Amino acid sequence: MSRFLRRQGWVAGLFVLFLALLVVTRLIQPGYGAADFGSLARAVLPYAFAVAAQTVVVLAGGIDLSVAAMMALTSVTAAALMAGASEEFALAVVPFVLALGFALGAMNGALIVVSRVPDIVVTLATLFMLQGAALLVLDAPGGGAAEWLKALIVGTVPIPGLPGAVTDWIPKALVVLVICLAVVWIPLRRSRLGLSLYAIGSSDLAAFRSGVPVARTKILAYALGGLFAAMGGLTLTMSTGIGAPIPGPYLLASVAAVVLGGVALGGGRGGLLGPIIAVFVLRLVRTDLTLLAVDPNVTTIIEGVIMVVVVMLGALVAMRGRTP
Amino acid sequence: MTTQPLLDASGVAKNYGAVAALRDASLRVRPGEVHALMGANGAGKSTLVKILTGAIRPSAGRILIRGEARPLGSPAAARRAGLVPVYQEPSLIPDLDIADNLRLTGTPVAPFRDWVRALGVPDLDLRDLARDLPLAVLRVLDLARALSLEPDVMLLDEMTAALPANLAERVIEVVRGEVKTGRSVIFISHRFVEIAALCDRATVLRDGETVGVVDIVPGIEERIVEMMLGARVEKTRVAAAARDAQASSGPPRLSVRGLAAGSKLEDVSFELANGEVAGVVALEGQGQDELFAALAGSIRPSRGTIAVDGEPVVFGHPADAIAQGIAYVPGDRTEALLMQRSVRENIALPFSARLRSWGPLAVGRERGLVSAAIERLQIDTRAQREVQRLSGGNQQKVTIARWIAADARTILCFDPTRGIDVRTKREIYRLLRELAAQGKSVLYYTSELEEVQRVCDRAIVVFGGRVVDVLPVEIADEAALTRAAYGLPREAASLPASPSGATP
Repeated sequence: MSRFLRRQGWVAGLFVLFLALLVVTRLIQPGYGAADFGSLARAVLPYAFAVAAQTVVVLAGGIDLSVAAMMALTSVTAAALMAGASEEFALAVVPFVLALGFALGAMNGALIVVSRVPDIVVTLATLFMLQGAALLVLDAPGGGAAEWLKALIVGTVPIPGLPGAVTDWIPKALVVLVICLAVVWIPLRRSRLGLSLYAIGSSDLAAFRSGVPVARTKILAYALGGLFAAMGGLTLTMSTGIGAPIPGPYLLASVAAVVLGGVALGGGRGGLLGPIIAVFVLRLVRTDLTLLAVDPNVTTIIEGVIMVVVVMLGALVAMRGRTP
Repeated sequence: MTTQPLLDASGVAKNYGAVAALRDASLRVRPGEVHALMGANGAGKSTLVKILTGAIRPSAGRILIRGEARPLGSPAAARRAGLVPVYQEPSLIPDLDIADNLRLTGTPVAPFRDWVRALGVPDLDLRDLARDLPLAVLRVLDLARALSLEPDVMLLDEMTAALPANLAERVIEVVRGEVKTGRSVIFISHRFVEIAALCDRATVLRDGETVGVVDIVPGIEERIVEMMLGARVEKTRVAAAARDAQASSGPPRLSVRGLAAGSKLEDVSFELANGEVAGVVALEGQGQDELFAALAGSIRPSRGTIAVDGEPVVFGHPADAIAQGIAYVPGDRTEALLMQRSVRENIALPFSARLRSWGPLAVGRERGLVSAAIERLQIDTRAQREVQRLSGGNQQKVTIARWIAADARTILCFDPTRGIDVRTKREIYRLLRELAAQGKSVLYYTSELEEVQRVCDRAIVVFGGRVVDVLPVEIADEAALTRAAYGLPREAASLPASPSGATP
């Protein structure tokens, strides 16, 4: 139990914080219910995928500044391809867009490994390139999305045997998020590849000496980041029904949630669950502040303060724990 | 010898640009032997090890394992070929637990556990993170991991350096047992005692070439030392111990009483007089790092007192030490210099604050002082716009020059000649003697024992965090210092001399 708390304490703490925030939300707005939670989940979706993309890369000891731009490019690509096309055609579009994200991520990784230019510089460069490419695909918000795709994240999941009062709190968007992340993350975490990913983030010299193919693993980390970013891009198209070529505020949000989620920016430490809960926390805080009718400009200040305070407190607790 | 060697490397060379780290190294290891690989610093030992373990590729040469050429392109390939190293630094991934570390390298768990127990660590929890374990345990785990892969040839690089005595003995026992099964071990160590106890033969490297292979028999140590040093064996000139009455007048410049700091520095007391160069001699990790850090104000001692000119002082920050005229010259020059800035800025850095208070004179005055220091040290200023483009020797001169310009009265030199060419070394020796002649004092830690007689007035020997002996310069030759550094009393003159005894 104490080992679980030591390893997962941060995630558990975040989850408690999230539940507390839900209670606070109910206090502020007694009518806050399942439908509102559903829209929160839908709003979180693109953020969550951006965070997942950033987490994989940061765990491997890198950073990806092109996350938001990649989401924009994949989103407009999907929207442009699906505009006016049949519902069945979308079945081919989804894998294509996912593969596109994977390839673009792999390109990031390969550039970093081969050129030995620092990751922050390479991904900054690709940020601009992808931004431009997105505008080439669609120069203004437009395109379309298949109906079944849009329906995928609207409403709740009826589970036979469970009363409606419970299933109302299981929005489809959340289920989609969990499935998409789990399908990639769980097999990865259980494979040697996942270990290698943590290994190169923790110490690339020790990893090299342990026989880990450092370059290949790094490329793969960026590729997985690209895959998650493409999922994020798709959810953007799914929730709006169109594609927008200008990147949203997902880059900084992803870094913020990674930090708040207990992932060491130096790499090697943390998991995927923490950042995902963190992104829910950050969005819920924003909802609460909006409900309280706080000036939107003040809202960002408060978000920044929360981040610093939480991370500082966490570091303090960790230090106390180390010297009994 | 008719048996085919397990490992047969010949003509191995490695060039880094125009620099040859390895010219013509050969190493033949028979089945069932412990083979020592020896050589002074820079002889090419670590380069050869890196080649054998697949960390770097050789520029030339042939490596056969059981008579077959096997690719050694990566650590994983070397492991598959049967060559498993245990490096000097721990190689477990710090953020993974032990079980995951084993999975990562495909190490079987059951034999690993057995080996860990056999090596004297009975209660290991595989769910512990590597970063939470003490260094000695990590070294044992590295060895156990290597052993459970059942390698043909195991490479142990300074395996015992970080181990307490009881674990080191267990390691030696286990290695002895292991070679009985026909496997071989390449053993790299600076400790003659261990080599005598463990090894069958030794290959000696000098300047990137194999200069000899010898059987380890009693008395062979002198021979090995000769081979390692080559023609360089010359009687060092004893530094003029020209300390006169000046030293005895007034309180000592620096007086240290019962100093303890960190986990390694236990109890050190000594005095440093004006006009004296005192050498500090110790094996790796005997507390010398903490001693210098405490005197330079970068860590706080946990016990003991430091007095400057008879007045007790407490240093809370390096600035406090500098204010007392105590300057620290680290061995690692990157710790001291602003690599991207100019020579002049680097020299002016520590005292520009003080000069500023002198008002409008500052710039001119600063320029004068800096120029004088550059002149005095004969720093090659052709590449002065960025310190990082200077040679190592010239960089080190810059770190010393700044304190001469700042007129520091005491200079703490921590292995200042590490990796520097001979000519620059001589210039630094001469400079330190000049400073001493002017009444300044120098505390001089060195890992090259022959330097003591070149620069110092006496040698303070530290072992296990305590001062174990203070040798006057006349008798502080390499042999005497080595004995003292191992904590042996002066009379026990039977032990072999090891000139590289304290080098890393």
